[in-house]
Amino acid sequence: MTDASQTPDSVALTDVLPNPTPRDLLSKFDGLIAERQALLDTGVRDPFAIVMEEVLSPTLAIIKGRKTILLGTYNYMGMTFDPDVVAAGKYALDKFGAGTTGSRVLNGTYQGHRECEDALREFYDMESAIVFSTGYQANLGVISTLCAKGDYIILDADSHASIYDGCWLGNAEVVRFRHNSVEDLDKRLGRLPVEAGKLVVLEGVYSMLGDIAPLKEMVAVAKKHGAMILCDEAHGMGFFGEHGRGVFEEAGVADDIDFVVGTFSKSVGTVGGFCVSNHPKFEVMRLVTRPYVFTASLPPSVVATAAASIRKLMHAGDKREHLWKNSRRLHQGLRDLGYTLGTPTAQSAIIAVMMPDQAITVATWQALLERGLYVNMARPPATPAGTFLLRCSLCAEHTDEQVTEILATFAAAGRATGVIPQA
Amino acid sequence: MTSRQETFAKVADQIEPFNKKQVPLTDATSFAGDLEWDSLTVMDFVAAVEDEFDILITMNMQAEIETIGQLVDTIEKLSKPA
Repeated sequence: MTDASQTPDSVALTDVLPNPTPRDLLSKFDGLIAERQALLDTGVRDPFAIVMEEVLSPTLAIIKGRKTILLGTYNYMGMTFDPDVVAAGKYALDKFGAGTTGSRVLNGTYQGHRECEDALREFYDMESAIVFSTGYQANLGVISTLCAKGDYIILDADSHASIYDGCWLGNAEVVRFRHNSVEDLDKRLGRLPVEAGKLVVLEGVYSMLGDIAPLKEMVAVAKKHGAMILCDEAHGMGFFGEHGRGVFEEAGVADDIDFVVGTFSKSVGTVGGFCVSNHPKFEVMRLVTRPYVFTASLPPSVVATAAASIRKLMHAGDKREHLWKNSRRLHQGLRDLGYTLGTPTAQSAIIAVMMPDQAITVATWQALLERGLYVNMARPPATPAGTFLLRCSLCAEHTDEQVTEILATFAAAGRATGVIPQA
Repeated sequence: MTSRQETFAKVADQIEPFNKKQVPLTDATSFAGDLEWDSLTVMDFVAAVEDEFDILITMNMQAEIETIGQLVDTIEKLSKPA
């Protein structure tokens, strides 16, 4: 028997229901809206609303009519305008059309998707490669599918949002360890049930500060406790290790990593994500990974550009060297100017310039932009430990002259806002 | 002192370095509302508690814990020998 059956017919619904005005679900963001407005009211440009009016090269764009050096694109290897890559995309666009309009498991796997996965298997020298529509979806899909109820995911506290979201999408138990702490990882693994399924999730390069993980030590600890290991090489692919596979290759632990996740939106220069593995049962993931099954596959032109780019990255030794040279030079130059950086030396192609607070971060960011230099502004909660920073990412196509200009711009902007001492 | 009181006292010791406003601590004190901790403070604190009691408080469990009393109960449960 329900309550409704006992309600007299004479009582209308409007008499018993409270005010029917719906509660505004967006009101939970009022604080953020006010904070953003207060910032914009000080006269600064919105750091999260930049429009690239024209893109001239991997390192140059027109922003508000001004020619601007790009130092915040993750376009590490400068493949976006590579003539072979662009030609491959144009050919596929003409031959296969604008999009697949379908899932990888239905009508969305074209010849190009297979060729792209072949290129990845060769690049990584692994048995299996699965291409996803974005790097975010690769982490979301692989992590949530590998780890079910009763399994444990052990992740670094500074992990990327896609790793955290992959944890929430599944039903596994999630355990965090302090950033890059081998001891903390060891302790936490030691407290887990011996027989439970365990996945340790690591990143080669952590993108906010540009620091790298002590993979050799971490992998040894994870193996000691019988855990499987997933390593995200989003910011390491292309220029770490002998074949440019990532930090795990340079650390000499390739044989101990069970799954490598990566993206096409950084060194590869387009968009998409992937996971490669030598696990004999890995191919079953195509049937059970929801972010792989329930979304449209990448357009033919995108997988064609990715495959062409990956094959060129296998033989990009000169570019790698120039990228490392750029990174070391910028790191040294910024330190010489008096900036505080996220790492003591250049550990990757990301250089994080530490800032004292939001006001001076935005002011310096704008001073750089007005002088023709674009960098990323990053703030909590994206940043670790509540820090504000200006994040620079170098490109192999930045010329020596551009690096000189970048340093001169940092000198002028930093002195104008007082974040570094006067000359 | 009962085991629960001992646990409460140890938790209070762990809270102290993060209790900037010297909020009085009871079972009903909430981490977000009363102590006004952000997610980063919570993470540091949880790591400290885990090491103090040699336990793991998974992020799934953390999502259910809002007050000191709930945390103490969770620790009591996790610390019992299996």
